Amino acid sequence: MPKVTIDNIEIEVPEGTTILQAARMIGERNKADRHVVPPAMCYYTSLKTSGGYCRTCIVKVSQGSTKDPRPMPKPVASCRTNVMDGMVVQNTTSPELLDARKGVTEFLLINHPLDCPICDQAGECHLQDLGYEHGAEGSRYEFERRTFDPIDIGDTIKLHMTRCILCYRCVKVAEQLTDGRVHGVINRGDVSEISTYIQQAVENDFSGNMIDVCPVGALTDKTFRFASRVWYTKPVDAHRDCENPKCTGKVVLWLKGNEVLRVTGRKDQWGEVESFICNTCRFDKKDVKHWTVEGPRHLDRHSVIAPTTTNSSRSRSSLPRPLRKAPP
Amino acid sequence: MARKLLLEHDNKPGIQGLEGYRANGGYRSVEKALKTMGPEAVLEEVKKSGLRGRGGAGFPTGLKWSFMAKPPGVPRYLVVNADESEPGTFKDRYLMERIPHILIEGMITSSFALGANVSYIYIRGEYFYIYRILERAIEEARAAGWLGKNILGSGFDHDIHVQVGAGAYICGEETALLESLEGKRGNPRIKPPFPAVKGLYGCPTVVNNVETIAAVVPIVNDGGEEYAKIGIGKSTGTKLISAGGNINKPGVYEIDLGITCEEFLNSDEWCGGVQGRALKALVPGGSSVPIIPAELYFKTAAGEARLMTYESLSDGGFATGSMLGSGGFYAYNDAQCIVRSTWNHTRFYAHESCGQCSPCREGTGWMEKVLHRIENGEGRLEDIDLLWDIQRKIEGNTICPLGDAAAWPVASAIRHFRDEFEFHVYHPQKVKDPKHFEKTPFVRKPKTVAA
Amino acid sequence: MASTIKAVTTTEGVAPFRFSEAGLAECRRLIARYPAEQSKSALLPILHVAQSENDGWLSVYAMDAVAEVLGIQRIEVFEVASFYSMYNLHPVGTYHLEVCRTTPCMLRGADDLMAHLEKRLGIHVGETTKDGMFTLKGVECLGSCGTAPMLQCGAKYHENLTPERADSLIEQLRAENKRQNYTDQ
Repeated sequence: MPKVTIDNIEIEVPEGTTILQAARMIGERNKADRHVVPPAMCYYTSLKTSGGYCRTCIVKVSQGSTKDPRPMPKPVASCRTNVMDGMVVQNTTSPELLDARKGVTEFLLINHPLDCPICDQAGECHLQDLGYEHGAEGSRYEFERRTFDPIDIGDTIKLHMTRCILCYRCVKVAEQLTDGRVHGVINRGDVSEISTYIQQAVENDFSGNMIDVCPVGALTDKTFRFASRVWYTKPVDAHRDCENPKCTGKVVLWLKGNEVLRVTGRKDQWGEVESFICNTCRFDKKDVKHWTVEGPRHLDRHSVIAPTTTNSSRSRSSLPRPLRKAPP
Repeated sequence: MARKLLLEHDNKPGIQGLEGYRANGGYRSVEKALKTMGPEAVLEEVKKSGLRGRGGAGFPTGLKWSFMAKPPGVPRYLVVNADESEPGTFKDRYLMERIPHILIEGMITSSFALGANVSYIYIRGEYFYIYRILERAIEEARAAGWLGKNILGSGFDHDIHVQVGAGAYICGEETALLESLEGKRGNPRIKPPFPAVKGLYGCPTVVNNVETIAAVVPIVNDGGEEYAKIGIGKSTGTKLISAGGNINKPGVYEIDLGITCEEFLNSDEWCGGVQGRALKALVPGGSSVPIIPAELYFKTAAGEARLMTYESLSDGGFATGSMLGSGGFYAYNDAQCIVRSTWNHTRFYAHESCGQCSPCREGTGWMEKVLHRIENGEGRLEDIDLLWDIQRKIEGNTICPLGDAAAWPVASAIRHFRDEFEFHVYHPQKVKDPKHFEKTPFVRKPKTVAA
Repeated sequence: MASTIKAVTTTEGVAPFRFSEAGLAECRRLIARYPAEQSKSALLPILHVAQSENDGWLSVYAMDAVAEVLGIQRIEVFEVASFYSMYNLHPVGTYHLEVCRTTPCMLRGADDLMAHLEKRLGIHVGETTKDGMFTLKGVECLGSCGTAPMLQCGAKYHENLTPERADSLIEQLRAENKRQNYTDQ
């Protein structure tokens, strides 16, 4: 089994493991080492061919392998690069790499509306986390941001294209989980957008998973729209015997009092759902009596909704700070 | 008069057709390879020739071919990259238009070496009329038995198809080209796996430029060693240069690698000198390579005469050198504005970015906006540093080389012509007229460039 | 800075589309070039056929017809049609004049050519003349840098253009009044 060293921490991993997965294994082995895990905005373990697009997970490979110790000439996407025996990787220990990641974060934010105060994703948004951890205080971008009108893609999903970072996760969900993809990426360059074909509705038993995999507030649950800030809700694990054979029925209910405001999949510490759920569980079972409640959901990621977070300073707010005024 | 290997017969009557091509020695390499050589021997000759990819990257062709995976029972493909879109480059168009059969001949011989029974030409959509020329040439070759089953009784089957694109520079990147050939958006793939392992339809594939494949013809005919005698060091053979911009004789020229840059620009055999005015700057290898000021075109920083080779043109690295690239050569006279040209370059890259990865999608558009502002007299001094920082953060951080290609022209323009950017900031009124340097050329302050 | 002209995504007031017999034959010829299970490969060339048979642009109906011919999802067609710059997702004039404006052409006077055409046709770049005869578009490098400035109309390249030559080209096209497509033989 190949051994890889990431930020001076060594781990032995199975053949075919990516650098990102190896880093997550280090983080899972010892919570104190979680800082070596690169942020990932587009990679999603259970979605084939995901990853490589956002470039936030880039790392520096300062030694390719024992066999060929040459460093890799450019930063590589850790989510799509397999480890080799004897590979040495730098993430947080390389100032140039952190500078490059800061650049990527800035690129992702220049056209983002920063409308966190009215965005349902706020509090569980990966772009907020990224901006907080790797972003600059202000923006150097002084031009008009590109905007799109929010549209309904089906009865239950709202698309705010202005917030989208084009991670392609929702496209992969449609491709791999549903039969007959009706939405995709149209146009190119900086006017690329996620869109359905001529305002077709996305109607499929598993389409709601697009909401769960969206790292930002581009795809949100219309049944939860403006219902509550997520940090005022109480997440509990619950399950039901779902009639759909592809659905495990294992969910998280987001409660306010006894009211079920929202149903989502169960996300692990890396923000990925453990199993995909069907639309009936997600949108139609909004009553506690539909569910067997297991107990409080333990949230294990930096977030305003995670009381168990290890770093209390992080829980204050992960909103990007206000924009500095443009220089005259 | 230099020797010509590819364009020797370009003005012969009927050379576009099979008959005229045959009359001038066409398809000899197929006969030689299939009847007397065998695939391994062809590969050996290509390796010996030192031929390097003519599309821009300059990767050794023999080495690329040797990476081709050979799993049993899986088809292999040769795909010819005729998506010539690099601004300044029009050599493949000329070659395919004049002598389409040299490409087909090269493809049969190369496919034989690679063990590919089907090959594709992916040609850019704008060259629709050449797509028709190629279709006709393929028909002719098929009718004459150069394509099909059991060619020349050798047991080798081969067929060629041509596919037309629809306007996307990015499809010149080999994996984007394969995606496009599969009927998808031209989004470059994440590598590895490389096409030699998983290419077209998931099968082992070699993607080569038109000129590279055409060069296999003289290499097989005369031997790799003969080919390698032309040129200097690792720059062997002849190269087609597309010459344009402010020169007296624009056109496609076949040169021996190794002639001096000065001779190429000023000799009447080639460019015939700069049109009317003084030479200001040069892009020697297509818009993606660094732009260099006149003095660094003629001489390297060490004071040696600059040669038309891969090595000499990149001597001095990015600080004082450039690159041979695809051979898209264009000269600027002193009426031209570097800021305007850089803005134009950046608009091109912003327009052609596929939008898949964030640094390129967002960064190219941002640079275009900042450059537009400076060129129109609305820039600030900080904008120049901002541009420098944006290009630095795009370069090396993208999925494919388009990000680098967008960054380098900006970096080199600021590196060599920073004072011209500053002039735009200090004299907004003077740059309002788009032709601001026509009456009074901008004179650079002489500076020593740090190596 | 890609095109900001939105696609026409309505079917209202748009003529229905059906491939002609010759068009369908061409589609079959193109599909035959690829392995049996890879017919999607023919999407780009077939979109060109559809565009030529639909007055030079791809309407919703035309894209639907392409999806049907290839047996693929309609979104797959739209994704591709909106990616490539030669597919027009909105109607264009009888003559689509595509003027190359990239640096090598700019060095040889593309800006002047464009300004001249705008004045001569009385429209801005991106617009169509009132009589529907000419659409003027600025495009990126067409691989004609040695014969710049130039423009493409249909499959034809018009090179080494001076204002006079551009004028006579326009007169000639106006007199012919016949659509030119990329797919013209």
